[in-house]
Amino acid sequence: MVNIIWACMAIIGILYAMINGTMDQVNEAIFESADEAVSLTIGLISVLVFWLGIMKIAEEAGILRVLAKIFRPIIIKIFPEIPKDHPAMGYILSNITANIFGLGNAATPMGIKAMEQMKELNGGSDSASRSMITFLALNTSSLTLIPTTVIAIRMQFNSLSPTEIVGTTIIATTVSSICALLIDRFFYYKRLWRK
Amino acid sequence: MSIITAVSTWIIPCFILLVLLVATWRKIPAYELFVEGGKEGVKMAFSLLPFLVGMIVSISILRSSGALEAFINLISPLLTLIGIPPDIVPLALVRPISGNAALGMTTELIETHGPDSFIGRLASTMQGSTDTTLYILTVYFGAIGIRKMGYALKVGLLADIVGIIASIIVVSLVFG
Repeated sequence: MVNIIWACMAIIGILYAMINGTMDQVNEAIFESADEAVSLTIGLISVLVFWLGIMKIAEEAGILRVLAKIFRPIIIKIFPEIPKDHPAMGYILSNITANIFGLGNAATPMGIKAMEQMKELNGGSDSASRSMITFLALNTSSLTLIPTTVIAIRMQFNSLSPTEIVGTTIIATTVSSICALLIDRFFYYKRLWRK
Repeated sequence: MSIITAVSTWIIPCFILLVLLVATWRKIPAYELFVEGGKEGVKMAFSLLPFLVGMIVSISILRSSGALEAFINLISPLLTLIGIPPDIVPLALVRPISGNAALGMTTELIETHGPDSFIGRLASTMQGSTDTTLYILTVYFGAIGIRKMGYALKVGLLADIVGIIASIIVVSLVFG
């Protein structure tokens, strides 16, 4: 599905440019955006190196295991396929906590580590496991408690109350996260049922 | 609010402090472990690079050709019909695809309509309450080499639709 979406975005874009004479812009965008993607990755290196370094210590020191133990009852319901006290639980929790506090930079490396652990649990297969998709659904629905970037933009444009949208954001996020989990469950059981 | 801001600035340094204190107390080679973990980070970033270049280039071809805008203009009237304000439609459609584009649109909407207008509040809520599905999918699955994504994309995009609808309803109820 991703293969088709990926190819279609580019195909439609190029065909549209042929008809509407926007080929100049497209040509420019191809190289500019490739450049942009590389700088984005380079920007990620610093965060990845630092956080994966810290998390490695946290893992060896047993902090992730303690985290996993405290929140086990809730997480176990959401991720039934992950064994108790598995380090994956700790990474999932760190990722969720970082997201909640609007620390996207710290959340990504932990999320990747969580995914890596789940891949191991799945026997290293290159197809997405049930837990991976659940985790992904949680992350795409965004678990922000404080949308820091948005507040900053609102301040920049002299809002009388830059933070008044925190409440609505939390409600909207909660609704979408719960729905994401339900949708995820629905597709999982649908697939099981078909088999 | 000041409490929440304080928590967000304190949490990272405090977490690092906790990790280092526990590691030292347990006589764990903290620095060596840090370097070991950091090396994984370098490897990860490089394995991520082709995924991001591919995805971002494809999206920007679609955007720069004008096709994305044309598509949005095409379906805007339909969405207006079911009560979605036309100004917000482009943001709602772009949010799951491109984080940078969505942030740009949110800024632009807040600038033109004012941060305390209905559109300004709605754009703010929408920007904060959903995340860029395609980016998360690319980064998380790309970094660990998942090729068969199963129903992941479907779940992510449907969750986005729910998030967008939820934003509109909540903002209408609270500020309407």
